[in-house]
Amino acid sequence: MRFRAKILDVGCLNSFTRVVNTISKLTKTCTLRLTADNLYFMLSDKVANGGVSMWCELDQGNFFDEFQMEGVASDANEIYLELVPENLSRALRTAQNAKSLKAKLTKKHCPCLTLAAELPSLSSVSRVVTHDIPVDVIPRKLWHDFREPTVPDFDVSIYLPPLKTMKNVIDRMKNLSNFLVLEANRSGQMNLKIETDLVSVSTHFRDLGNPPCGDGGSQGASQDLETMAQARVDIKKLQQFLSSQQVNPSKAMCSKLIYPSIHLLPI
Amino acid sequence: MDCILIGSNVKVLAKAVQSLSRLGEELYLEPQENGLALRTVNSSRSAYACFLFSPLFFQKYTPPKSSTQRCKMVIKSVQAVFKSLSSLEKTVEKCRIELDIEKSRLTFTLHCKHGLLKTHNLSFQDSESLQAVFDKEGCANTLTAQPKLLVDTVLHFPPSLEEVRVSVNDERVLFRNHVEDEAEQSKAMMTEFCLSAEEFDRFVVNMHTCITFCLKELRGLLVFAESSGLPVSLYFDEPGRPMVLSLTDSVLEVNFVLATLSEEGQPRNHNSNMRRVSEPPITDDFMNDDVDYIIAMEAGELAGDSDWPEPPRHALTPPRLHGAAGDQQESSGECEDEDGQQGAVETPVEESGRPPNKKFRSLFFGSVLPTPSQMSNRTLQSQEVLASDSEDEDGSPSP
Repeated sequence: MRFRAKILDVGCLNSFTRVVNTISKLTKTCTLRLTADNLYFMLSDKVANGGVSMWCELDQGNFFDEFQMEGVASDANEIYLELVPENLSRALRTAQNAKSLKAKLTKKHCPCLTLAAELPSLSSVSRVVTHDIPVDVIPRKLWHDFREPTVPDFDVSIYLPPLKTMKNVIDRMKNLSNFLVLEANRSGQMNLKIETDLVSVSTHFRDLGNPPCGDGGSQGASQDLETMAQARVDIKKLQQFLSSQQVNPSKAMCSKLIYPSIHLLPI
Repeated sequence: MDCILIGSNVKVLAKAVQSLSRLGEELYLEPQENGLALRTVNSSRSAYACFLFSPLFFQKYTPPKSSTQRCKMVIKSVQAVFKSLSSLEKTVEKCRIELDIEKSRLTFTLHCKHGLLKTHNLSFQDSESLQAVFDKEGCANTLTAQPKLLVDTVLHFPPSLEEVRVSVNDERVLFRNHVEDEAEQSKAMMTEFCLSAEEFDRFVVNMHTCITFCLKELRGLLVFAESSGLPVSLYFDEPGRPMVLSLTDSVLEVNFVLATLSEEGQPRNHNSNMRRVSEPPITDDFMNDDVDYIIAMEAGELAGDSDWPEPPRHALTPPRLHGAAGDQQESSGECEDEDGQQGAVETPVEESGRPPNKKFRSLFFGSVLPTPSQMSNRTLQSQEVLASDSEDEDGSPSP
C-alpha cells in the first residue's frame, strides 16, 4: 500500500484547501478513499433520523501534478483511510504560498498521511514544514459501507438563492425553532417556514430558476408547476452545511427535494 | 518615583504591560537607577519576563531616592489604565506615573487631547525584588532573527500548543511540537518546521542541542517584538538550562527567561542554571527585606530530605534554599543529594564574578509570600521551575 502525490500549482493548492476546509466544517472525522484516478471524501452518517451524509469526489488530475497509488491488493487497487479533516485543513492552511506540497502515506508511530510543504524563504534554502497526520487504515471488509449514494428520484429541483441570504434567514430562524420546512416548486419559488406555538415565520423566494429537468426527476406530466414539494429538516444541520460552503460561495446551489429529504449539490 | 512619558512611548509601555499580562497575573514595578523595570513571573514560576525602560525612554525620569521602592499589583488593573491600544495613540499625549510609597499608591495620569485628564490611582503591595539571574553571554547557542521569522514559525503550530522542541545543529533549526502523553501521541498531529541558518541575522551554535519549552509563554513577547520591529535574540544551552529571549534597543531591554525540560523522560526539578550577575545591591536587599528569601535551585541535586539551609545564612551571598524541591521530589523520580550542601558553602567564593564551574548554581529570586507551592501541577512535573514558594515565612524548609 503506497501513496505519493505532489501539488506544484498554487491555484490547485488553494482549491484543494478550500475543499478540505468545507469538509472539515461538516464533520469531525471522515473517510478518504484513494483510487488511481480519484480522491473521495465520504461520510456516511445514518440519514434516517436527520443526519448528514456526504460524498465528495475529486478528480486527482485537477489538483495533483503527480499522483501514484498502489492499493491494498492488485484486485482492489484502492486505499481507504479514516482521518480528521481538521488536521488536514490545518496543515494546508499554512502552506498556502508553498512552492510545492508533497503528500505521502507513511508509517511513523502510527500510519500517517505526511504532508511536506516547501515554503519560500529569505535565503537560498527553503523552509520546510512537515505535518504528520495520523490516519486509520480501513480494512477491506468494511469497504462496502462506503458506497456512492444514489440520487433518488426527486420531485423538485431548484437553484438556491444566494447562500448568504439564505444563511441569514436560517440563522434567525434557528433561534425560534429546531425544525424548518423547506418547500419549492418548479416555477422557481421556494419558501422556508417555521412554526411554533407562539409564532410562525416564513420567507418567500421567487424567480429562483429550476435546472433543466433532464436529470432523473420523476416527471409525472401531471406534476403541476405550482405544486410545492416539502421537506422538513433540522435547522442546525442545514445551517452547518451552509456555513461550511467555501468552494464557490457566490455560485448557486441546486437543491433537490424528495420528501422527506433534501439533497444539496454545490455546482 | 516620578516619570513622564510622551507620544508613542505611551503605547509602547501599554504594549509591554499587555505582553506581560499574557505571562503572569501580577506586575512587579521597580524604579531603579538605570530605569523603570516591569517584571512578571508565571504561576508555575517557569517563566519570567522583564521590561527595563531606561531613563531616556521618558521625557522626565526621577529615580527614587531610596532604593526600596518596589511594588506589586494585579496586572489587570494596570491594563485597565491603558484600555484600548489603538485609541491610545490618537488621544493620549502624555502619561505621568508617580509612585507614592507612604500612601501605597501608584498614580497614572493620562493627559489626553482637548485638555482631558484621566487619573488612575492604583494601590499596590510592597514586594520583594523579583529578579531572575541569568547569563546570556554564557550560553552556548545564540540565534538572532527578525521577529517576523519567529512569528511565521509559530504560525505553523496551533495556538493551543504548549510545548515545542527546538533542535539545532550547524546548519539549521528544527521546531517540533512536543507531545508528552503517550496516549496522545497516536492521535496528535505532529508538525515539524525547519529553518536554515541563513535566515537568521546571527547564528552561533557551539552545542548541538535539543531543548523543550513552553511556547505559550512566548506569544506575548512575539507580539511585542513584531510591533516593535526589533530583532529577537535567543540564548540557550543544554536541556534543563533556561533559555532567554531578548530584545534590545537604546531605550529598552526586554528579557524573557523560560525553563526548559531537563531531560527526555526524566523530568528533574529545577535544573535552571542561571548564573549570578554581579550586582552588589542585591545582597543588601535581601538583608533588608522582611519576607525575603532566595530560592536557589541546584542543578539536579535537590535532596528531598536534606536539611534546608536557613535562608539568610550568609550575609554576603544569596543563601541557598532548596525551596519546594521537597514537593517535587515526590513527583519526580530522582534526586541527587550531597553536592547541594557543598555547593552552598562554596558559593561565597564563586560568586565573586567568576564564571561558575561545571557544577551550576542557579538562582532565582522569587517572591516568597506564603502561597502554597505550586509544584503539583502536571506541567511542572516535566517543566523545571525557576523558583518556588515556600510554605513557611520563617524560612524553614517546606515539606
